Amino acid sequence: MSTELKVKTMAECVAAGEVPEVLFWVGCAGSFDDRAKKITKAIARILQHCNVSFAILGQEETCTGDPAKRAGNEFLFQMMAMQNIQILQGYEVKKIVTGCPHCFNTIKNEYPGLGGQFEVLHHTQLINQLMSEGKITIEGGAFKGKKITFHDPCYLGRANGEYEAPRELIRKLDAELVEMKRSKANGLCCGAGGAQMFKEAEQGLKEINVERTEDALATGSEVVAAGCPFCNTMMTDGVKHFEKEQSVQVKDIAELIAEAADL
Amino acid sequence: MIAQIAFVLLLATASFFIFKRFQFVKRNILLGRDVQLAGEPSQRWSTMIRVALGQGKMFTRPFAAVMHLILYAGFIIINIEVLEILIDGLFGTHRVFAGIGGLYTFLIATFEVLALLVLVACVVFLVRRNAGSIKRFTMPELKGWPQNDANLILITEILLMTAFLTMNACDYQLNQIIIKDASHTYVSDAAFPISSIWSGVLEGSSQNALHLIERFCWWFHIIGILAFIVYLSYSKHLHIILAFPNTYYSKLQAPGTLNNLQSVTNEVKLMLDPSAQVPPPPDGPQRFGAKDVNDLSWVNLMNAYSCTECGRCTSECPANQTGKLLSPRKIMMDTRDRLEEVGRSMDASGGEWKEDGKSLLRDYITEEELWACTSCNACTEACPININPLDIIIDLRRYLIMEESKSPESITVMFNNIENNGAPWAMSAMDRDQWRNN
Repeated sequence: MSTELKVKTMAECVAAGEVPEVLFWVGCAGSFDDRAKKITKAIARILQHCNVSFAILGQEETCTGDPAKRAGNEFLFQMMAMQNIQILQGYEVKKIVTGCPHCFNTIKNEYPGLGGQFEVLHHTQLINQLMSEGKITIEGGAFKGKKITFHDPCYLGRANGEYEAPRELIRKLDAELVEMKRSKANGLCCGAGGAQMFKEAEQGLKEINVERTEDALATGSEVVAAGCPFCNTMMTDGVKHFEKEQSVQVKDIAELIAEAADL
Repeated sequence: MIAQIAFVLLLATASFFIFKRFQFVKRNILLGRDVQLAGEPSQRWSTMIRVALGQGKMFTRPFAAVMHLILYAGFIIINIEVLEILIDGLFGTHRVFAGIGGLYTFLIATFEVLALLVLVACVVFLVRRNAGSIKRFTMPELKGWPQNDANLILITEILLMTAFLTMNACDYQLNQIIIKDASHTYVSDAAFPISSIWSGVLEGSSQNALHLIERFCWWFHIIGILAFIVYLSYSKHLHIILAFPNTYYSKLQAPGTLNNLQSVTNEVKLMLDPSAQVPPPPDGPQRFGAKDVNDLSWVNLMNAYSCTECGRCTSECPANQTGKLLSPRKIMMDTRDRLEEVGRSMDASGGEWKEDGKSLLRDYITEEELWACTSCNACTEACPININPLDIIIDLRRYLIMEESKSPESITVMFNNIENNGAPWAMSAMDRDQWRNN
């Protein structure tokens, strides 16, 4: 963790006469949640290390509207969406990388219909590209030979068909990727989607994150890799539920890469 | 001649009922709102060919897939014989195509093998469904009619195949008698590889008795098929037809995409810029979201009629697996039941839709079910014919929020936070970039 972070906002870039190639859409969890902020920093470190010309919106970023839309508040969603599109277009943003699959899905699939056309990547997709181009390398990293399992975020996997980018990254760690009994298109939700993150679960026999954590623990992995700040929270809570936090870590793929590359 | 008249009458009666019933279903489906469908027809055709015709999504569960494939292939191929039955029935002929010789022998032999396979598959399905060991077949929403419906279909198919094979067994036995009498056979013995095996039970029967049994089975078979077509339009079995348009019109965008409501877009545009020019809504003001079936799209309603209640959606649903009330299959069954109810009451009042004090929301689907959904798309992924229960769930939530302002308290708090702070939590927008500094 030696490199100092130098992350500029779009407004700061404009003031300095710079035109960043990529907008890093941090997302609300990545901005405010203490655990998710670490993921945000890991992503920023990787981008910085690879000399990606990027900036954030900073205080001009707001919620994409995803949880509002999925909870049925289409008004609020479209208000947020149109304001965000206006800001993004104001900065002539072409390419966006998101730290969260929910933001990724919303901007990629639901903003075009409201006039916002952007090239949108999830952070695992961009990092995978950067690694394939040799801009970041891992030699004998911290996770070599370790068992890692990957929990597919619904909004990256089933919702957008991206199953491989995160898995390729885990393989590049020289780690042993162990699949859960339910994975990829068949993966089980962590329980946070569709605005569930912001409410108590309905009456049932079990929490969904506990059910999913059982799948993860059954693989005998030391690390549960995630690609979504909400999944991260749910899986971390699940691991705590089984009192396994001493032996099993829940980490975002970006964190794994940053750690292994000693950034 | 009497038989021919009876046959024509039978055919006309069945056609009348089938026509009436399909009109009813079509009218009901078109009660749904119109939708703008994205994508090219070529993409739609290829989805239909892959998913419906090719059964592409069935094979995630290989055993059921193979058994289902047998029924599917059997159904389509054996029904080529119906063409001959129709001609024979109308013109009083017997096995009119027998004259084509070797090909006919081959076809009938193929039908026999398939008929046996279908019979076995139906018996296996019947046992499997009723043994109680598969959870998706024992869930509460299947109690009563849905369970009986499924069994009735399987039993009917077993009876139809038995009649078909018995009819052939009679012809085989007649061959044996006629060979002895006149060294003449009109259908080669080779056409009956299956029925000849068990035709022994008919051995020794007189020529008259064999004729009688053969005729009985022939009539039973065709009456059965016609009755079955009428029945399937009332049954979950409608999927054998609707699976095709259903996959054709299924969503082509990434599954994570939810539609943006145009009516809302116009209002939001006006809110952000009062001078904005927005087109007036095409059919007058509409409800936001869905309270009842006619607020849903016609594709949602066709989905409901296409559902064969297999329960793959529900067995993959994380909410259902953890004991919550939500079952995506029940969402589809409720939508269909309500639509049938609306359709019947429309028919009773001369085609006019009269408010009956009931609605899909609450009388069929409860808020608790709706709020259990994580929108994870496991249900849409699991459906072998691309039915989308999630669309309906979201549209009902939209009604709750935008028309009734009714949501769990914490969801209201989340909305307020987004509106006031630009984030779902009560965090200051000023702190959004603080992560850079520590």
